[in-house]
Amino acid sequence: MTKITTENLHLHYGENHALRGINMLIRPNKITALIGPSGCGKSTYLKTLNRMNDTVPGVAITGSVLLDGEDIYGSTVDVTKLRKKVGMVFQSPNPFPMSIYDNVAYGLKIHGIKKRLLMDEIVERSLRGAAIWDEVKDRLKTPALALSGGQQQRLCIARTLAVSPEVILMDEPTSALDPISTMKIEELMSELAKQYTVVIVTHNMQQAARISDYTAFFLLGEMIEYDETQQIFASPKDPRTENYITGRFG
Amino acid sequence: MQNSIARAGKSKAPLEKIMNVLFLVCGLAAVVSVVLISLYMVLSGAPAIAKIGPLQFLAGQIWNPEAKEFGILPLILSSVTATGLAVVVAVPAALCVAVFLTQIAGKRLASALLFLVELLAGIPSVVYGLLGAILIVPLVFQAQTALGLPMSGSLLSASIVLVIMILPTIISVSVSSIHAVPRQYNDVSLALGSSKMQSIVRAVIPAAKSGIVSGIVLGVGRAIGETMAVMMVAGNAPIMPEFLKPARLLTVGISMEWAYSSGIHREALFGIGLVLFAFIMVINVLLSTILKKGGARK
Repeated sequence: MTKITTENLHLHYGENHALRGINMLIRPNKITALIGPSGCGKSTYLKTLNRMNDTVPGVAITGSVLLDGEDIYGSTVDVTKLRKKVGMVFQSPNPFPMSIYDNVAYGLKIHGIKKRLLMDEIVERSLRGAAIWDEVKDRLKTPALALSGGQQQRLCIARTLAVSPEVILMDEPTSALDPISTMKIEELMSELAKQYTVVIVTHNMQQAARISDYTAFFLLGEMIEYDETQQIFASPKDPRTENYITGRFG
Repeated sequence: MQNSIARAGKSKAPLEKIMNVLFLVCGLAAVVSVVLISLYMVLSGAPAIAKIGPLQFLAGQIWNPEAKEFGILPLILSSVTATGLAVVVAVPAALCVAVFLTQIAGKRLASALLFLVELLAGIPSVVYGLLGAILIVPLVFQAQTALGLPMSGSLLSASIVLVIMILPTIISVSVSSIHAVPRQYNDVSLALGSSKMQSIVRAVIPAAKSGIVSGIVLGVGRAIGETMAVMMVAGNAPIMPEFLKPARLLTVGISMEWAYSSGIHREALFGIGLVLFAFIMVINVLLSTILKKGGARK
């Protein structure tokens, strides 16, 4: 069973060959971690999965990415529908300068949901899903930017959940957070994997080892090794993977 | 205690002190100017209003200095109408231009156009008056002839000239505030499945709101305070405002008669100045509080 299939994916930023023939199967309802040193292409790969690289000038992509068997780079694809299905949480918490409620409702309004009751219901469900409901339920109308960094990031996760995605991409979601907020988000991710397919880029190998089911190691635009997380960390097959996870470089 | 970090002298370095005082004086100068101007306007304008009677002055419909009739209601309403119309047209247009320049146009085109827009902002108002007189007033003549009205300068011409004059201000301020919106907002919005236009309208512009409001306030201020260009195209008769008829705005009311006025007439002109001043104050405060309400909190 696979959710996303990547076949021979190459990506160029102008002269820079950033992804070199990635082949990968991402399994549904699992957490897949992408690790590797800075500049190895893991974030770039993540962004090919919801076509966020489209907005970068000078990008050329070949190969295919299949989501439930459909090529997301196909000519008939509606990118807005794709991104509704494949949500994304960014590195630094980035709520809009609006109220907490409006942040979560943002995607609903975009997708034409206008009924107040339905909106209220989805906002509550999303905030509960992101484990932040109890902290904000009494101040939904207050500015989101007044929340702490960790709360803001969980709010951003709620905002992503509100449009009912099937896949959630997370680009180093805890790298700007303190250890306690990080722990909360990690607990949340395990919860999320019950309903969603989660792909996370992380710099933190302990994090990958703690939370993910599968891990892929990237180096210089190539995917070196991809296996069950336990396997990768216990007995990596490629010496480069071993060097990286034992801290000999990177 | 050779390595002590305690100060050598008794107080801060003298240069620091001097600079502090210098900055304080500069800061105070701005505040003092505002206070003095306000005071002066009130002291010189209020007596005339008192003598003429506030009601006769503000609500009187006839301005005839020879007959000692000093009603400025036509001037007030003309100013409000001309400015209001100009703002209603200019604000949406300016916003569209700003969105085009920041989100749609390519970099080169955008910077070339922005350069031109900023150039427009610097053109002296008398030049706009000239353009209005040769280009816009004749156009309005046609409408007036068609409707059997006498050909003259008009409130409509004044409004059109004002639109053109305030566009560059609102555009350039809006462009800088949209540029200052973090790119992330746009990315997040796209990642939630919005189209490019939805992102602009729902994420980027709301985040730039307070800057855009400042641009609008500046534009309104410029429109209501504009004198020369308006005087050249408005026909300047002190009658109640109608779009295709001549109109005299508050600013023009002062400048036209200043040179030959004396006594109570001259005082009445100060009274007009006070009304204009009050208008600008009220508009600034109102617009900033109403439009910025519910906006970003950083």
